[in-house]
Amino acid sequence: MIITEKKDYKKILSSLKGHDNIYVIGCGRCATSCSTGGEEQVAEIIKKLKADGKKIIGSCVIEAPCDERLVAKFSRAEKAKIAKADALLVLGCGAGVQTVSDVIRLPTYPALESIFLGKTKTLGRFYELCVMCGDCALEETGGICPVARCSKHLLNGPCGGSHKGKCEVDQNLDCAWYLIFERLKELKQFDRVKKYQKPKDYSKVIRPRKVELR
Amino acid sequence: MTFKEALKNKDFVVTAELSPPKGVDLETVLKKADLLAGRVDGVNATDNQVAVLHMSSVAFCAILKQKGLEPILQMNCRDRNALAMQADLLGAYALGIRNVLAITGDYPKKSLHHVIKPVFDIDSVQLIKMIKDMNNGIDFAGEKLAGAPSFTVGGVVNPGSEPIEQQMIKLKKKIDAGAEFIQTQITYDIDGFKKFRDLTKDMKIKFLLGILPIRSAKMAETIQNIPGVHLPKKLIERIAKASDPVKEGIEISAEIINSLKGYIDGVHFMTLNNVEVIPEILAKV
Repeated sequence: MIITEKKDYKKILSSLKGHDNIYVIGCGRCATSCSTGGEEQVAEIIKKLKADGKKIIGSCVIEAPCDERLVAKFSRAEKAKIAKADALLVLGCGAGVQTVSDVIRLPTYPALESIFLGKTKTLGRFYELCVMCGDCALEETGGICPVARCSKHLLNGPCGGSHKGKCEVDQNLDCAWYLIFERLKELKQFDRVKKYQKPKDYSKVIRPRKVELR
Repeated sequence: MTFKEALKNKDFVVTAELSPPKGVDLETVLKKADLLAGRVDGVNATDNQVAVLHMSSVAFCAILKQKGLEPILQMNCRDRNALAMQADLLGAYALGIRNVLAITGDYPKKSLHHVIKPVFDIDSVQLIKMIKDMNNGIDFAGEKLAGAPSFTVGGVVNPGSEPIEQQMIKLKKKIDAGAEFIQTQITYDIDGFKKFRDLTKDMKIKFLLGILPIRSAKMAETIQNIPGVHLPKKLIERIAKASDPVKEGIEISAEIINSLKGYIDGVHFMTLNNVEVIPEILAKV
C-alpha cells in the first residue's frame, strides 16, 4: 500500500491562495486505509477550508484517483459542479493528484504527502518495505529487503554502526542486516549471507518507468 | 618506504588520520602533517567524515604527497556514484596516491548537511572489488582501462559490534574482494579485541588497531555513545579523576597498544587532528 501523511494545513491553504471555489477529492483505497484521504478526512478538511473562507463546490471520494478510467467517469458525472470550481484539492498520493490533474485540467493541489510503499501493522502503524527497484533480490535475503530497510541500502552485510540489532542512524530502527541474519538462520538458509552480492542494476530505474502490456 | 612495503616488511605499522580543512586554509593542518613526517607509515586523509564538509580527500592526499608523506585516500560510498569514484581514483593515482581505504560512510542524519541526497550506489565490499578490478585494468562496466593503477586497498571493521558474527562475514567478504589491510574502529576493550582477534586469526590480513586518545571527560561521554564502541567504566573514571586528562589519555592509549601486542600488526591513530599526542604514545610502546 502507498502510505500517505496529511500535508501541513498551512501549506495547503497557502497553495490555494487566489482560489475561492474548491472541489475536494478523496481516495477510496490507500488513503482511506491510511485514514488520510477517506470520507472522514474529506469532511474534516472541508470544515477547515470553509472556516478559512473557501467555498466548497463539491466533494467526492473516488475509488482510486490513480485510475484514469475512474477519474474520467467521475469527471463526466460531476461535470456541472467541476465547471464552477477553480481548483481541485486531492487527498491522495502523488499518483492520484497527477492522474486527476491530467484528466480534469484544472489547478490541482495535493493535500497529502506520499511517504512510502509499505505494510500496515495495525491501524495507524505503517512500515516501509519496498523501494520498487525493479531488481528484486528478496530470495537472497530471507524476504527482508536491505535496499528499503537499510538506511545505506547495503547489499553485502551491515555497516560498522550496526550494534545489538539496532541501526546507527536511529537507535529506534532495527538494523535490516540483523533481521536478515536472524531470518536466514530461522529458515536454515544462513549460507546465503556469505555470498558476494553484485552492485544493483540502476538501469532498471530509469524514470519515468512504464509497463505497456498492450 | 611506501605504505605497501611497510605492510609487507614491518612488524608494527603505524598510520594516522588527518582531516582536511573546512575551507582552503591549509596552514594549521600542514603543521600537523609535519609532526607526522618520519613517524608514521601512512597518513589517512578523511573523506567528509561524519558527513561534515571538508576539502576533497583526493586533493588533500596530493598535498600530503608533495610534502613527502605517504597518503592513504579514504573513499566513502556516501558521496559519489561508481562513475565518480572511478574518475577520482584514476585522478588520485595520476597524482601519486597509491593507497585507498574503502569505507561505507556515515549517514548524514546528524550533519549540518543533513538535507543532501546520500548516494550509496555501491557498498564497501563492492568498492574494494571495483578497485581491485581497476588494478587489473578493468573498469566497473567491464571495459579495459588505458593504463591500470596499482592501489593497495584496505577496509575497516568494528570489532566491538554485536553480534560480531555479522561483522566477521562482511570482513571475510572484504578480504575475498581483495582488501590487504584493515584499520579497525576505535577500541578500548582489550579483552573484547582479543576475542575478536581469536575469531579472525585465520584471516591473512594486517590488522591496524584503531586508537583515539581520550582528552576529556566530555569526550569520554561522546565515545560511549558510538554504537559498538565499548569504553570500560574504569577508563572513564581514570579520565574523570585525572589532573591532566590529555596525559591520562596518552597513558591509556599506550597501555591498550602494549596489552594487545601479538594481536595486532600495528596501530591507526584517529586523533581528531590532535596528532601532537602520537609521538608521546609511540615513545611508550
